[in-house]
Amino acid sequence: MIGLDIAFWILAVVGVIAALAVVLLGDVFRAALSLVLCFLTVAGIYITLSADFLAAVQILIYVGAISVLIILAIMLTRDVQRGSPSNRLRLPAFLVAILFFGGVAYALLNTTWQVSSTPPLEPTTPAIARLLFSEGGFILPVEIAPILLLAAIIGAIVLVREK
Amino acid sequence: MLNLELFTPELTLAATAIVVILLDLVIPRKGWLVVVSLAGVVVAAGFTIAMWGGSSQAIFNNMLAVDNFALFFKLLFLAIAALVILASVDYVSKFSRFQGEYYALVLLSALGMMLMAATAELISIYIALELASISLYVLVGFLKDPKSTEASLKYLLLGAVASAVLLFGMALVFGFTGQTQLGEIAQAIQGLSLSGVLDSPGLILGMVLMVAGFGFKIAAIPFHMWVPDVYEGAPTPITAYLSVASKAAGFAIILRVFYSAFGLPSWLSLDWGFIFAVLAAIGMTLGNVIAIPQTNIKRMLGYSSIAQAGYLMVGLAVVGFSPAAEVVGRSSLLFFLASYALTNLGAFTAIIAISNKVDSDLIQDYSGMGRRAPLLALALTLCLISLIGMPPAAGFMAKFYIFSGAVQHGLLWLVVIAVINSVISAYYYLRVVKVMWLGEPASEEKVPSSGALRLALSLSCLGVLLLGVIPGYIMKLAEMAAKMFAF
Repeated sequence: MIGLDIAFWILAVVGVIAALAVVLLGDVFRAALSLVLCFLTVAGIYITLSADFLAAVQILIYVGAISVLIILAIMLTRDVQRGSPSNRLRLPAFLVAILFFGGVAYALLNTTWQVSSTPPLEPTTPAIARLLFSEGGFILPVEIAPILLLAAIIGAIVLVREK
Repeated sequence: MLNLELFTPELTLAATAIVVILLDLVIPRKGWLVVVSLAGVVVAAGFTIAMWGGSSQAIFNNMLAVDNFALFFKLLFLAIAALVILASVDYVSKFSRFQGEYYALVLLSALGMMLMAATAELISIYIALELASISLYVLVGFLKDPKSTEASLKYLLLGAVASAVLLFGMALVFGFTGQTQLGEIAQAIQGLSLSGVLDSPGLILGMVLMVAGFGFKIAAIPFHMWVPDVYEGAPTPITAYLSVASKAAGFAIILRVFYSAFGLPSWLSLDWGFIFAVLAAIGMTLGNVIAIPQTNIKRMLGYSSIAQAGYLMVGLAVVGFSPAAEVVGRSSLLFFLASYALTNLGAFTAIIAISNKVDSDLIQDYSGMGRRAPLLALALTLCLISLIGMPPAAGFMAKFYIFSGAVQHGLLWLVVIAVINSVISAYYYLRVVKVMWLGEPASEEKVPSSGALRLALSLSCLGVLLLGVIPGYIMKLAEMAAKMFAF
């Protein structure tokens, strides 16, 4: 258990630093690479939670597909050398973020959360399948999701093609 | 066993959207797309009306409630979608491509909103909300000129942030209760025997973040930054759609989530009632004050819609402050939403007709419209009067119901602010009326309007008058609709 705790804290700290780098780095390409690192640490956190399927999906989709897309998009964009513009509101935004963090941290530390006493399932994939597709499961959101994707695909075509 | 017949309105609408896209490929006369879309909406409305009045049920393992509350909103969204499609005909026929996609996205967005009003489970709520939003992001950018693209991008980016905040809130609520279904969340909260805010800051934080996420949809201050730019840049029929349907869907989901999941214990509902009361006071005041110097009528109506969201949140505060069994708060909120929807749709339809001719959204260019297009100007005047809340229009009764409910539940201070705001708002609404009737026309040319526009406009204005003159009947429907599915 101690090993898991240490792993979690390393992943969490690296993840937060990577996320900060995404926002703060001026070079868009480096920011994208930090984003990949951030995605990887999230996958690692899933592993510490024994969510093996989620971890695999996270790596396949986010680390694999989405990062490649983002980097390709950066390569195809002109003006990318100029980097992201600096922002005059950095200091106020930093203060607001600190305040928000303080509020959230206070609330989270002072709350009794629901803790499950059953040990984590292994493997998780059949359980997720049952939860998603069986009767009495989450079939409704699963069915709305394809329509959402249809709307997104139509939208992408409409916006990209010439009028 | 699934009762798929209870899911027919949604299935019909999804099928219609797909048929419209496919038809667009094969038929040269695009007018049929409007006919097919409207037919789909009417059939879906027929299915919805057939279910009205029955006992509350839920399908998909209690994830989709089929109660009068959901049916009321489904009918409202279908009516709005039909009026928006009618009002779009002139606008869209100018496009050389993507007419089918335009109507299909309007239908898909309406489908998302119908699901929003009916879902009673956090994950489904989120996906339904995204379905409605993504369709709207695209529709806002449909013109592809710099302004429209900027509006779409702003809406998308801020919408994504709002979604993230909403998801964070939902995750906290799930972490606190271990449930995603609203009914089970309510049971879990009641089972914990909490005595006050300090026992459960995590739950309160989750609730506040959800208010922020939904507040973006209803354009509550301080989550309103996108409104003026998006309203100005979007195609005018879509501005109407945004200002009415998206807002109504946001209120539907807030009402269902907060009433069914956080309705008890009563200190919890007093908490969120107070949050909404404060948001209402700020929203009304800022919305109305910033609306005064606007010169573009779409921006002005954007700020006015922020103010109207404030009046509507007075209704939410009443729901939070009143005991759970009382329906008056909820039913007057539903009545306000219906009357606001008809009023704003009417106003925007008139604006579409006028700006088709004068090719401008500046208020000064409306000068002398009373002589150039007396009927359009009359309709717009009626809608603006209704937005102020003066009789005989619907807005008067709507405000009357909500404010009297607020007075009964000790929110007198809020009503005082609201009434002062109504007076302030009269200034900028009546300025448009004055420009239209007393200003000198820039030319003597008449303003033409198509049959579809005139139909949409007369239907909205008829609705505004009916709700204002005989409100009792609609109020009875709203009272029936206020009884929500109990888990």
